Amino acid sequence: MDTMFEGKRVIIFGERDGVPGPAIAECMKAAGAEVVYTVTECFV
Amino acid sequence: MPEPIIKTCAYVLVHVPGFVRHGSKPSRDLAASGEPLLEALEGHLRSFEEAVAYPPNQVFIGNLHPDRLNGIEQPWYGHPLKGASRSGLYGEIVPEEEFIGLMKLADDFDLLWLEKEAAPLFLQALKGNPFWSEEELAKKIAAGVELEKIREKIAHQASLPLYHNGRLAGCFHRHHDQDESLTAPILLENLMTKTSGALALRHLLKRAALVPEDVDFILGCSEEAVGDRYNRGGGSLSKAIGEMCGCVNATGCDVKAFCVSPIYALVHAAALVKAGVFKKVAVVGGGCLAKLGMKFKGHIANDMPILEDVLGAVAFLVTEDDGESPIIRLDSIGKHDIGSGSAQQQIMEALVLKPLDRMGMKVADVDKYATELHNPEVTVPAGSGNVPLNNYRMIAALAALRKEIDRKEIDRFVLDHGMPGFSPTQGHIPAAVPFLGHAIDGIKRGEMKNAMFIAKGSLFLGRMSQLSDGLSFLIEKNPRKR
Repeated sequence: MDTMFEGKRVIIFGERDGVPGPAIAECMKAAGAEVVYTVTECFV
Repeated sequence: MPEPIIKTCAYVLVHVPGFVRHGSKPSRDLAASGEPLLEALEGHLRSFEEAVAYPPNQVFIGNLHPDRLNGIEQPWYGHPLKGASRSGLYGEIVPEEEFIGLMKLADDFDLLWLEKEAAPLFLQALKGNPFWSEEELAKKIAAGVELEKIREKIAHQASLPLYHNGRLAGCFHRHHDQDESLTAPILLENLMTKTSGALALRHLLKRAALVPEDVDFILGCSEEAVGDRYNRGGGSLSKAIGEMCGCVNATGCDVKAFCVSPIYALVHAAALVKAGVFKKVAVVGGGCLAKLGMKFKGHIANDMPILEDVLGAVAFLVTEDDGESPIIRLDSIGKHDIGSGSAQQQIMEALVLKPLDRMGMKVADVDKYATELHNPEVTVPAGSGNVPLNNYRMIAALAALRKEIDRKEIDRFVLDHGMPGFSPTQGHIPAAVPFLGHAIDGIKRGEMKNAMFIAKGSLFLGRMSQLSDGLSFLIEKNPRKR
């Protein structure tokens, strides 16, 4: 699990009322990814 | 020290279909796509009568309880309420022709020019207005400007064209040729917030049977950014709104916290009253032009009316205990700490569970939760989901996790302790507070004992932090009320 995204770079778009960017980033980092950009948007 | 109460609420909707094109999303898309898109937009706008008869709008102004929406078949725009009135228990729905006249009344810098033939019609529309005298209105509104002069300003000086019923009815000017904070679109946003906020404050004073001179302090909680190039967003609308309403003995400032501003402002107001600094504090939030038509493309794609055609405005009066109205429990404040985390579960734990634990209450001890009350009929067709329903499910899931309710009871919990969203998607306006009027009356009548108000703010939108934000409070039956 911790190497699932090893060597991968990820761009994260979070959603305020769904899953926000920092929460996705934590998961991706734990899975070995390099997070290059994180942003959360509000769609309401 | 006396307990602070929220004594009165006022809610106003302003139907402004002619301004939808000036919303942030429509104005950007129209600039890129031009005439065919404009035709599609105009073809999906609603009449004033349709906006009045729209069930969620009737809930907003207090003529219908939010739970009644559960019994009305969707789409709600396909099931208008027969005999619906623009006047509500808590306020009213104002038509565009009246609002444009009031914008001119609010305009201290001659930013708004009304076309010569249109100006008398806007004045006429305000005949019999209960809040501003005919003399006051006539002095500002009666004289219009030649159409040619208006066209020249639009063509050569970056003025914004204003349309009413598809016709050029005036224009709106910038106030500096190099200041990005004083461009016509930004000043228009600010003036619409000021005007709609003043309408809500006038309704509040009327409902509270207060003379304007009685208000001590005004807290603004809108989302506009007042100021010039040296202080963008650092200004305040509270005194401008109070001035327009004759609150000559009040001062004020604005509380800025994205969508959660009204909750912050109410907590500030309650603390100021509790501390004895002020006795009567008005919290006022005007409407948001930028959010008009935010999801218009989704609505056009679904061949439904563009429902984001109204500005929302709210006002609340916080005073010392009257022995009657529900109290704000100051030990109930739920806050999203910097270290709280930004996942939905963490946010709701901070805003709901922590304060309940502090008060020794269980999740189901709160009769009604008001979360952000975005109308799902606006958001779902555009792919943004049902915001209140998601929030209620999260609260119910937390209750199930704590074994306070059974998992099988989640849907029942949502129905009993939540409500359908009914607020226009105006940022700070849906932030739980649209339910305050219904809650106060329900508690006073003994139909419920308490309600919790929870709102979240999107700090990350300013690109200075990835943090979220949020605040909550509980109101409950006045212990002195028999």
